[in-house]
Amino acid sequence: MEKETITSPESLVVIGGSSGSLEALLHILPLLDKRLHVPVIIVLHRNNQSDNGLVELFASKTKLLVKEADEKDMLQPGTVYIAPPDYHLLIEQDKTLSLDASAKVNFSRPSIDVTFSSAADVFGKNLTTILLSGANADGADAMVYVKECGGKLIVQDPGEALVGYMPRQAIEQNVVDHILKTEEIAQWMNTSLGFRSLED
Amino acid sequence: MITNEELEELLPEIIKHYGYDFTGYSRASLVRRVNAFFVKERCSSFAELTQKLLDNQSFFIHFVEEVTVNVTEMFRDPGFYKTLRTEIIPVLATYPFIRIWHAGCSTGEEVYSMAILLKEAGLLQKAILYATDLNQKVLEKAKAGIFPMSQMRQNSENYIKAGGRQEFSSYYTANYNFARFDKALSDKMVFSTHNLVSDSSFNEFQLILCRNVLIYFDKDLQARVLQLFDKSLDSLGFLALGSKESMKFSPIAPYYSQIETKDKIWRKKR
Repeated sequence: MEKETITSPESLVVIGGSSGSLEALLHILPLLDKRLHVPVIIVLHRNNQSDNGLVELFASKTKLLVKEADEKDMLQPGTVYIAPPDYHLLIEQDKTLSLDASAKVNFSRPSIDVTFSSAADVFGKNLTTILLSGANADGADAMVYVKECGGKLIVQDPGEALVGYMPRQAIEQNVVDHILKTEEIAQWMNTSLGFRSLED
Repeated sequence: MITNEELEELLPEIIKHYGYDFTGYSRASLVRRVNAFFVKERCSSFAELTQKLLDNQSFFIHFVEEVTVNVTEMFRDPGFYKTLRTEIIPVLATYPFIRIWHAGCSTGEEVYSMAILLKEAGLLQKAILYATDLNQKVLEKAKAGIFPMSQMRQNSENYIKAGGRQEFSSYYTANYNFARFDKALSDKMVFSTHNLVSDSSFNEFQLILCRNVLIYFDKDLQARVLQLFDKSLDSLGFLALGSKESMKFSPIAPYYSQIETKDKIWRKKR
């Protein structure tokens, strides 16, 4: 049997993105400190047929553990979870993950709005949501809700993003805390979130 | 909007009034769909929703239709259907009579997909497909075999990716915006309401398909439903789950082995 240390995480980062955000993530991931002690969820719009290639690609770019999110997974600090294609990804009160194959939201499944809102219900002020490049308005509505719940909001600088529409939609809601370039996003994560001591 | 605490108050009331037990459902997606229903029905308060649900049976039935997920398509996950075609159907062919159960069949798209596979293998005549759902309304749609024309392009693409070689349109008659599927397919289907939470085993099958249903259940309910499937499977029978589902939390797992293709299909060992 595999052994897992179950330590319920205090905080969570959810990153959402659509077209152009793969490039942004490939820039951010290698810059992340391997001691980062929060779980990170990535919700990326992609076509249904794409397989685990994304997990392997991301895993090759970071020292953090990368895996496709499975239902009932307990969120673990220092792990990056990729939302699987064709399912919405939600977070339960006990900080395990749930999948949902119900109708698309904003033409998307997984939908960023769905995961952002669900994460806000559970993590409240300890949630950080980051919205990257994209041509879709998914994510912007939920950012208002995340704000109401006390969470932190970061968007990729629309000037830097390959497609600025998505971060711009969020900025127009007047709730965003920081507008950052990819390098600054990584820096922010490395300095503002929890760490694990370097005993290993 | 409904809070988690309010939902916890509502669920026991629903059991008391109607016998429907949603307490084993994963809460995050249930609360999301109950809230979508709350908004759609323009309820003004939790008290109003509760009262309407408990006083008005047809409103409650509508509630069940809306909060359960009924999204499906034909040959969903084409690779899975290709494996059914190449690995599982040749085994089923060796039986004199084939019994298949689609549990949580929704509007029936996967049942019609299965019937098409069996027809192409020349096995439909000796098969019966039992298709169940807790929701009567989706079963009526499934039984009618009439699906929106707008879905046929996706269905046809899936069919081809799943190894289909016929003209997909030969299985239906186009009528304005609807496609009416060949009655020869539905003649071999038996539709019935069945609630996986509360109803028991009703037959023995060589293949049970239950795809994207268990994801809505908590671990305990998943284990119970898998036990129900275990009771309902012949020895050496097959159990097919959704692409993100598995038997890993179930006590019956040791008695099953996943097929070699690594599709989400398990075979009972004895």
